[in-house]
Amino acid sequence: MRMVVLLICIVTLGGCEREKRELRLDPPVAAALDKIALMQNRIAGAPPQVYFALDRPFETNAYNLSEGKRLYTWFGCKGCHGDGQGGIGPSFLDGWWYYGPEMVSIFASIRDGRPHGMPAFKNKMTTDEIWQLAGYVQTIGAYSAKTAAPSRNDDKQVRPSENRAPAAILFDQGPTPVHPDQGPTP
Amino acid sequence: MIRRVARLLALLAAISLAGCENWQSALQAHGASAISLKHLIIFIVAVCSIVWALVMVAMIYALARRRAAWRAPTELIPERERRMGRIVTACVGLTVVIISIFTLASFFTTRALSVAGSDDLTIRISGMQWWWGVQYLRPNPKQAFDTANEIHIPAGRNVHLVLEGDDVIHSFWVPSLAGKQDLIPGRINEITIRAERPGIYRGQCAEFCGLQHAHMSFFVIADEPQDFERWAAAQRAPATQASDEEIAAGRDAFMSKPCAACHSIRGTKATGTSGPDLTHVGSRKTIGAGLFETTRGSLAAWIADPQTLKPGNNMPLVPLAPEELRAISAYLASLK
Repeated sequence: MRMVVLLICIVTLGGCEREKRELRLDPPVAAALDKIALMQNRIAGAPPQVYFALDRPFETNAYNLSEGKRLYTWFGCKGCHGDGQGGIGPSFLDGWWYYGPEMVSIFASIRDGRPHGMPAFKNKMTTDEIWQLAGYVQTIGAYSAKTAAPSRNDDKQVRPSENRAPAAILFDQGPTPVHPDQGPTP
Repeated sequence: MIRRVARLLALLAAISLAGCENWQSALQAHGASAISLKHLIIFIVAVCSIVWALVMVAMIYALARRRAAWRAPTELIPERERRMGRIVTACVGLTVVIISIFTLASFFTTRALSVAGSDDLTIRISGMQWWWGVQYLRPNPKQAFDTANEIHIPAGRNVHLVLEGDDVIHSFWVPSLAGKQDLIPGRINEITIRAERPGIYRGQCAEFCGLQHAHMSFFVIADEPQDFERWAAAQRAPATQASDEEIAAGRDAFMSKPCAACHSIRGTKATGTSGPDLTHVGSRKTIGAGLFETTRGSLAAWIADPQTLKPGNNMPLVPLAPEELRAISAYLASLK
């Protein structure tokens, strides 16, 4: 009996570990995170080694995703992309990534801008902020739900929430898909 | 033994009294609402103290009294029973009367707080994690202006505050001037404050709002009416021009770095609205919502590493070269 109680205690205590919030990235780490290796056409590439050493924090950490969600509003992304539905800018929910769904591509899009209207944010945001925002944008356009999700909305939901992989739900397979050259599944 | 207890009590009193600085205490009331609240507090505490003392006296008397020799402990003496019944009924009746008086006193005091009239000075206060946005609304929109974490009001006048929460629920509390009022996202609360005499009154967020709730304070500064008008005219004006080379370099660095994306400095290209308005940051008493006194040094320390000084706040660590940091801190300190 005593052993059972002890075992239950140990198992329960295992649940007490809280996700770590990295509030302050060391300046050298932040500087290293800026050094992404992009392909010639500025689509896809490799994040710096430090990104993997930190265990891909901007994709898997709920605090970073929440910060990204705040920055999405702060820096006016909604003005062109709406809540992901798009508008003046492309949608994140239609299962189509112009520059691929990799973090480096999204990071590069935000940092350096893209042709046809996407402005560069490198003089407006710090490197870690851009990574956080990229992580959030990837989450709303992801084809499968991540294990981590940002905080809930206080205002009305206009699309499925981030933890349900809205792009996978809203992906339109046809017969007249948004992008004629897309594949049958995301 | 007695001396030791006395010494301990004196020490405890000294420690608790040390917390009673004058600028943030409901017992140092300098505003109309706070004065009536203070009277209510004193009234209730006084009545409760008297009741408590009477109960203690009755209890000590009952314990110390020698019990009369009864013929049998279970025997009922009708006359004694009747007397005891009357005493219990009287005590219950008195309790009901006292609580009713408290309820009425509390009701009328609170009602008087909410009907206080107001005049043309309206200030919108936005609670954000973890600072206070302050917007002076004037009938003529050209005279409206923004500031942060420091509210100047003219002494002796009713000032109407419009309270809004931007992210989570906060609570506006200046104990020396008024009671608490919450700032709730998506709705507008109002409170009218009035400082009877000029002075500096400290306020504090009174609703737990996250990591840095404790570092979300502000000052209400009540000025003589003519001083207030002079202050308002100075705050309305755009930022002062750079007076030397270093300050001009600081201004240029500020505009080209992420600073300008979140902060406004009126009269320049910086028009961000996510962070506090910095047009006259050098004239404010504190930075970081009461975190440090405003000096060039504290500004530089804050810019260099905001996440160590106030972990979790929304200002990022912006990498700057040493000379840029020096110039930007000189520039911000010059914005009087």
